[in-house]
Amino acid sequence: MNLTKALLATTALTVAAGTAVTAQDMANSMTLVSWGGSYQVSQDKAYLQPYLANNPGVSATWDESSAEAVAKLRAMNEAGNVTWDLVDVVASDAMRLCDEGLAMELDHDKDLAAAPDGTSASEDFGDLLVSDCFVPQIVYSTTFGYRTDMVPAGTEPPSSICDVFDLAKYPGKRSLQKRPIDNMEWALYCDGVAKEDIYPTLSTEEGVNRALAKLGTIKDQVVWWSAGAETPQLLADGEVFMGSTYNGRLFSAIAEQKQPIAMMWDMQSFDLDGWIVPAGLPADRLARVMDFLRFATDTQRLADQAAYISYGPARASSAPLVGKHAELGIEMAPHMPTDPANAANTHIYDYEWWADNRDDLDAKFQAWLAQ
Amino acid sequence: MSDTTHTGPVLAADGTPLKRSLRRALRAQKMRALALIAPLLIFVLVAFIAPIADMLFRSVENQIVGNTLPMTVEELRDWDATDTPDEQVFRALFFDLFLAAEAKEHTKLGSRLNYEQSGISSLFRTTGRDVDKIGKVFEKALKEIDPGFGEAQFWYDMMSGGAGAESNERLMSNQIGRLEQLEVSSFSGDTGFMPGAAMSEILPNTARAYSAFAAFTHFVDADVVAEKKPWEAVHAALAIDLEDPATATALAGYDGPGADALRRAAAADLPPVGMKAALIASNKDWQRVDFWQVIRTYSPPYTTGYFLNAVDMEKTPQGIALRSADERIYGILFKRTMFMSLVITISCILLGYPVAWLMANLPARKANLLMILVLLPFWTSLLVRTSAWKVMLQQQGVINDVLVWLGLVADENRLIMINNQFGTIVAMTHILLPFMILPMYSVMQTIPPSYLRAAKSLGANNWTAFWRVYFPQSVPGIGAGSILVFILAIGYYITPEIVGGTTGTFISNRIAYHISTSLNWGLAAALGTILLAAVLILYWAYDRIVGIDNVKLGG
Repeated sequence: MNLTKALLATTALTVAAGTAVTAQDMANSMTLVSWGGSYQVSQDKAYLQPYLANNPGVSATWDESSAEAVAKLRAMNEAGNVTWDLVDVVASDAMRLCDEGLAMELDHDKDLAAAPDGTSASEDFGDLLVSDCFVPQIVYSTTFGYRTDMVPAGTEPPSSICDVFDLAKYPGKRSLQKRPIDNMEWALYCDGVAKEDIYPTLSTEEGVNRALAKLGTIKDQVVWWSAGAETPQLLADGEVFMGSTYNGRLFSAIAEQKQPIAMMWDMQSFDLDGWIVPAGLPADRLARVMDFLRFATDTQRLADQAAYISYGPARASSAPLVGKHAELGIEMAPHMPTDPANAANTHIYDYEWWADNRDDLDAKFQAWLAQ
Repeated sequence: MSDTTHTGPVLAADGTPLKRSLRRALRAQKMRALALIAPLLIFVLVAFIAPIADMLFRSVENQIVGNTLPMTVEELRDWDATDTPDEQVFRALFFDLFLAAEAKEHTKLGSRLNYEQSGISSLFRTTGRDVDKIGKVFEKALKEIDPGFGEAQFWYDMMSGGAGAESNERLMSNQIGRLEQLEVSSFSGDTGFMPGAAMSEILPNTARAYSAFAAFTHFVDADVVAEKKPWEAVHAALAIDLEDPATATALAGYDGPGADALRRAAAADLPPVGMKAALIASNKDWQRVDFWQVIRTYSPPYTTGYFLNAVDMEKTPQGIALRSADERIYGILFKRTMFMSLVITISCILLGYPVAWLMANLPARKANLLMILVLLPFWTSLLVRTSAWKVMLQQQGVINDVLVWLGLVADENRLIMINNQFGTIVAMTHILLPFMILPMYSVMQTIPPSYLRAAKSLGANNWTAFWRVYFPQSVPGIGAGSILVFILAIGYYITPEIVGGTTGTFISNRIAYHISTSLNWGLAAALGTILLAAVLILYWAYDRIVGIDNVKLGG
């Protein structure tokens, strides 16, 4: 009996030690992967610096590899040497990493902090938890900006996505992303397809041809971009009249660089960006990164990030805490893609549909571009 | 002379046969030489030969289908490909998918097959979530018959046949081997479980499913088999075994652990096993014959699929066929890459030849200055030079501004010189020019000026002297420069990406896309292999036509 009791006691001890990880069991350094530029700066200021201040002795390095994170993680996994601890990716990449077993599945309620009012993390993030491996940080959108000084005299400034396809009313070049996603949906929408019918239509051969035909009406006026910085540059140089890019890039061109550019939010395409934890991390590194993740994705930290960049926090509870821009002192809420005035007509991008059809449509799109 | 008539081998000074001693000395010398080049040899092997071999392998490798769905692939062999497969195939699929979903390998297979057929990715993802539910029905029914079916130890005893029972080692090692293939790793050691021989005779499906569960629990989850409740799939397997009336008969003569519960389960009415209906209810795409055809077509461990895709072809049930016109892209890109590389090489020859000639014939001081001018852009970052061309060539750029200011071009008709083939050719010609000039220069330097003077003194005019005497001697330099520029050009990636727009991109841009965005590494490898083969063929053709001995990089 005594022996059993003693055994039970030790088991209880190990269980306790197993759940409450102490600081000694955590690694002292982290490698965080992000996109670089002003976005990474906002993460550094809002999440990392406060965390490092709370945890002296811990160091962290940034790796600006998010653009090729999926390929690099796959290569690291094959080589059996994953050097990253936390990786910032867009939602569709998170889904693919999860599918490939390269990202760790999380228990959102257990691994993440609850909202200050006690709402569980999974409720606070709501529908934005599009994958079991993904912790969203921000809602961003791909939307249009246009040169205010290039609007033809006597014409209303463009206000609808279909103005992009109207060369008669708004002559000039456009810049669009060199990929089918978003462009095909916008084209169908402006060809008269109702929003809820866009994906069913795009699932058919005729629908794809219809979208390409609509894009074909402006094809020779389009500059195709592949990096987010290109459209602001093209707009600033007056190379294009209007162009799509991430809303934060346009914000900095307008508010920080004072370019004669204005936003056109109609049919902006929402997307998410967030963290994934690579699968198969050793226990000490995992403990450290989970500790950081819990801190960096709590309500206050997500709201803090919005003081540096115009992307909407992914938690519902963070929205009321969004304040002014840290340096410019302007109110940030009206610049958020999620602001009701901006989000009157939005396009919800279907991750599942694109995960299935991306390869096929991309081949068709690229063949169409090359012709 | 006749003193040395003994017939034995010639001996060295130390008494060993001369032949052997010579060989030893030579070997030592060879080893020393090898040791000297060893760092380079190892570097080339590791950094060059191995990646190329890996690329060649990846372009045909396709083991994931057979490793993830081994039983399904086996069952599909007899399928006539006209209608949705029968229940037998769906049962195999259920067990394969269950294990794959536990190992989280099913979505990987989904993304692999999605390259061939859109929609398979979500088919595997959604069904992977549902397989637990499909098996749950049987677990519930069995537990109602005997609560023992809900207990880990009960199952363990029943399946191992109790202590001292004869066991079926082959079944267990088969399942471990299967798990090794699925997880692409190797496991050694004992799982702590052996299926009983009697059980695997009476309940073959259950024994197999439980052994798979045991292997997974021990090796992947690192848990004790006897303490874990078996998967829903094991219960489903038992339901399948009990469906067979012969099982009840066999059970009548069985008296191992769990015999009583099994006999009652055999006598009871278990829910009917309908994996086909259940999987189609989970996702109706399982009815699609074309999806099943893709699974069967890509089931062998090696495939030509990636290479076919890389030349705009595909495998169809009717055989190999050209892709539909709106999906053909690689043919266009390969042709364009070759054509533009050729144009760039010719432009480099035309622009580089006079410069090289000047450098070779000017006094040393001026030649050095010219050399620095040639090398200066060479030392500037590639990205900076490419971006500079953007500033120069764009519609609101320097050249257009000057042309408009001069009145040569109307403001609303500014020339389009970038984001097209023209932009790519201009920027790449500029970037690759030093690779043409330098070999030309080093060859021209070795041509004695006295030859030209001799030609002229024999009555040749300037042109004849140049064309008949000087030019033929400079051809090796042109050859070397051309090979260098052409081979660099067809693999170029970053410049076409930045200034190429849609009509000026190369095949390498597509390879990069498949490496980093679509993750179709097999296709990227096949495209890369074709590009490599194209270079080798061109090199061979060059050797036949011009002769590789005529290439000189210097003196």
